[in-house]
Amino acid sequence: MLDEDTRPPATADWRHDVYRVLKEHAVKHVVYVPDAGHSVAIELAEADNEMHSVVLTTEEEGIGYLAGAWLGGERGALLMQSSGVGNCLNTLALQACARFPLLMAVTMRGDWAEFNGWQTPMGRATDEALKLMGVMTWQADAPEDVAPLLHGAATMAFNGDAATAVLLGQRLIGEKKWVK
Amino acid sequence: MGEVKRGGDLDRRAVVAALLEDRRDLLVVTGLGSASYDVMAAGDHDHNYYLWAAMGSACMVGLGLATAQPERPVAVITGDGETMMGFGALASIALRLPPNLTIVVLDNGHFGETGMQVSHAGSGIDLDRVAATCGFPKTGCITDMAGVNDLKASLEARSGLGLYTVKVRPENPPRVLPPRDGVYIKNRFRAALGFEPI
Repeated sequence: MLDEDTRPPATADWRHDVYRVLKEHAVKHVVYVPDAGHSVAIELAEADNEMHSVVLTTEEEGIGYLAGAWLGGERGALLMQSSGVGNCLNTLALQACARFPLLMAVTMRGDWAEFNGWQTPMGRATDEALKLMGVMTWQADAPEDVAPLLHGAATMAFNGDAATAVLLGQRLIGEKKWVK
Repeated sequence: MGEVKRGGDLDRRAVVAALLEDRRDLLVVTGLGSASYDVMAAGDHDHNYYLWAAMGSACMVGLGLATAQPERPVAVITGDGETMMGFGALASIALRLPPNLTIVVLDNGHFGETGMQVSHAGSGIDLDRVAATCGFPKTGCITDMAGVNDLKASLEARSGLGLYTVKVRPENPPRVLPPRDGVYIKNRFRAALGFEPI
């Protein structure tokens, strides 16, 4: 756990904000399929002895895991890329029927300056697909929006037994450099 | 894969009844379909969590629960098709090695719920060998009631991550339906562990 005085100030780095907000909401389980945009949060979670960080082979594994953790009395969050949202759709029925808190942070592909067009179909459908399955969504495109939007999503997930997702846009993450 | 035997000779209801008889601290997660009916037939229990959908998720629900409740033994009771749909979960679970989690795969070699089509396990994929390859410290293939009784004896021991395939007959006993209200089952399960609804 970070000491009070070593915590990064809000918005100093949105990547740290993701971890800080999860910590403030007593998240004990960070489950993920890696993405560069989540790498700082994953590293901080891995280094945190009070958090279980669990790497998945496919994103829907995280929904089952978090349902189980909640049955056992603990909070978690699922970190993934927008392509992984497509993998989750049927499994989201578990949240819809059992109504456990499901907090997701989704790094976007295909929403701005995407070089790899193969990422675009699922990226463009991510927000609507989540909404179709009953997930509340918010998109952050500016660094100062990440902490408040994630705080809001966590509040509504953990206090409302709801499924919520914060989409972290490509304008926030930065353009991926394909040719160096 | 050698000679393929589809399913086995054990009575799935007798297997599950034997595993759950006189249970103490055991928390049980069931995969959708026949495994849920088998667990319900053995007696409804506040410490049962029945899945009715999200096929492929039972093992991961078990992992999350076992991680959040390390002092409790957790058993996932599911079918071979349900396990196969979450194939990668075996790798994710093997990395975590929760000592209090045991996965019991009732392997009838068929998709029993949908018309008894031959399954991957029925065509020669041994899930216990897959688990062993992934790094599960305890694995085995159980073909008789003596093996079931040995498994029963270790189920509450929290003595290491395990996955066992139990070879059962490809047949559908009369359905015994667990509650379908997911919120009710969730709140009942959590209440039995001392957690209030939000």
